[in-house]
Amino acid sequence: MSAVPALAVEDLSVEFRTRSGVVKVLEHVGFSVDKGETVALVGESGSGKSVTAFAVMGILDAAGKVTSGRAMFGGADLLALNEHDLAEQRGRELSMIFQNPRTALNPIRRVGRQIADVLVRHGGATRNDAPRAAIEMLKKVRIPDPERRAEAYPFELSGGMCQRIMIAIALACRPALLIADEPTTGLDVTTQAVIMDLIGELAGEAGMATIFITHDLALAAEYCDRIVVMHAGHIVEAAPARELFAHPRHPYSAKLLAATPGETVSLADMASIPGGLPDLRRTDLPACRYSGRCERRLDECTQPLPQRTMGERHVVACWNPL
Amino acid sequence: MTGETPASPPGPLLDIAELAKRFTVGSKQGLLARATSFRKPVAPLPQLHAVDEVSFTIGRGETVGLVGESGCGKSTLVRLINRLLDPTSGSIRLGGAELADFKARDFAANPHRARIQMVFQDAGDSLNPRYTAADAIADPVRRLKKMSGAQLKARIAELADMTGLPRELLQRFPHQLSGGQKARVGIARAIAVEPELLILDEPTAALDVSVQVVILQLLQQLKRELGMSYLFVSHDLNVVRLLCDRVLVMYLGKVVEQGPAAEVFADPKHPYTKALISAIPQAEPEQRVGRLRLGGEPRSPIDPDPTVCRFYGRCPKGTPRCAEEMPLLRPAGPARQVACHFA
Repeated sequence: MSAVPALAVEDLSVEFRTRSGVVKVLEHVGFSVDKGETVALVGESGSGKSVTAFAVMGILDAAGKVTSGRAMFGGADLLALNEHDLAEQRGRELSMIFQNPRTALNPIRRVGRQIADVLVRHGGATRNDAPRAAIEMLKKVRIPDPERRAEAYPFELSGGMCQRIMIAIALACRPALLIADEPTTGLDVTTQAVIMDLIGELAGEAGMATIFITHDLALAAEYCDRIVVMHAGHIVEAAPARELFAHPRHPYSAKLLAATPGETVSLADMASIPGGLPDLRRTDLPACRYSGRCERRLDECTQPLPQRTMGERHVVACWNPL
Repeated sequence: MTGETPASPPGPLLDIAELAKRFTVGSKQGLLARATSFRKPVAPLPQLHAVDEVSFTIGRGETVGLVGESGCGKSTLVRLINRLLDPTSGSIRLGGAELADFKARDFAANPHRARIQMVFQDAGDSLNPRYTAADAIADPVRRLKKMSGAQLKARIAELADMTGLPRELLQRFPHQLSGGQKARVGIARAIAVEPELLILDEPTAALDVSVQVVILQLLQQLKRELGMSYLFVSHDLNVVRLLCDRVLVMYLGKVVEQGPAAEVFADPKHPYTKALISAIPQAEPEQRVGRLRLGGEPRSPIDPDPTVCRFYGRCPKGTPRCAEEMPLLRPAGPARQVACHFA
């Protein structure tokens, strides 16, 4: 029923070479995002959410190496493109919003110029009309008094404003795919709500596919169509947001939900997830990287993980799902 | 002050009355110009009203949540109560003793120092990287309780057990500990001197949800066992709801609403509190009653107009009256107070 997805990541594996050995950061990661769809990648720190995004964007650290997989985007494999072609795609067709807007913006360049830079480099604007277009973008992300704010440096703006500038830069050339890496971490809840509404609205208008990386399950559920749960470099479950909340099938997803503070739970009812992530440098990592922490472990769990379909677009990688 | 006994006199543990802190901010004139302008009368410098006439109490064994956006004065208020900053005016009474008169710079040597302790936001940043976990916990005990030798050692082991920190980790440095373990060290050193009031500044903000639960449960348990009061600063409202008996909502230096946590969350009265609660991410958005988003930016805290409501301009209600008369905190129910003309 669905057409060709905007982005299809297949069998992506990434390793990092470190002094203390090779770390298998991602293993056989596969998911897709349709046009106009918002997909959340959630998981604890160290689960590989950001590495997945960096690999797709081609901005992995020098120590990181893609060992297998494809990321099909607009008919081309992003992982196979050379740096020059990738640079043409980035900014125009794919763009990213980073976690900390203050460190991601250039501190000694006026924000209006930073937006204009993208428009000139990727949007086909000339140096003369770029400033006007930049102000248009500032209006679009609802910055009050855009003419004056275009002349400001990042340190003169609040965190929420800086994040809006980042969004303006990311969306200036109407990309087909936006990756937002924890765009609201460190912002106030009221600002977070405004920023998330804004991303949602602009994405909806342009039919943009969005990958939203977060550790906040409630936030993911409110703003995303589907949720992909990651644990220690594996995708353990992918499901429509509502369904995941109502019926999590992977034991890890269920534990994560139980640990998320919400409206109806009390502190006594909440449970932590015992154990921690396995050491990914090990050469004898179990097939299921959650099995060391899992209460539902069976003998089969040492076998390669199955991908079980539990419903429409609901896949779980578990031998003994809930 | 020396004649006072800390053994529970009646009344609340902490009584804050009309506490204010104003910072002087730069003028257009340069420092040199000001220094040499001895003849011309100098205009008063602009004042940033960080905390503006705040009054509240914390009962014994009570957990009070302090919420509000960044820049609203939460941290300044906490630093005032913790006596790391000197207030401009107002009083801070802890179990009958007036603390506002002591100078912050001398407070470290004050006998009252042990009564208020703090757990800082990022345990990783607030621990000395060259101190082992045991050193970090021992430091306040040695200084404030004058313990040493075997007694000190036994106390450290006891604190490690209380906070669930495995004893074999005591000789490790912060970089050898996980986020949750560092949080435990931060809590252990704060409770080491048996404070009556523990101030928690976003103690779980840097932790994953799975670890956050354990730390919150630990805090809950310690409070029960040791009978401390908590002032819990956070902007994760879901966490505040879990842990706190009462909440204070701050906006631009003022307390705009306070009351029992359950009541405030179920039925917020101040428009800012409404917006705050409406912004909590929710897994089932259709259950949300009304969706409220704040436009604009907060007003400037520098020399604010004393007759204008601080929330005016961002408030969805804003009427001419709000620009002429500052709403005062007034009762709105048995245990609640709201500062809004329309609540």
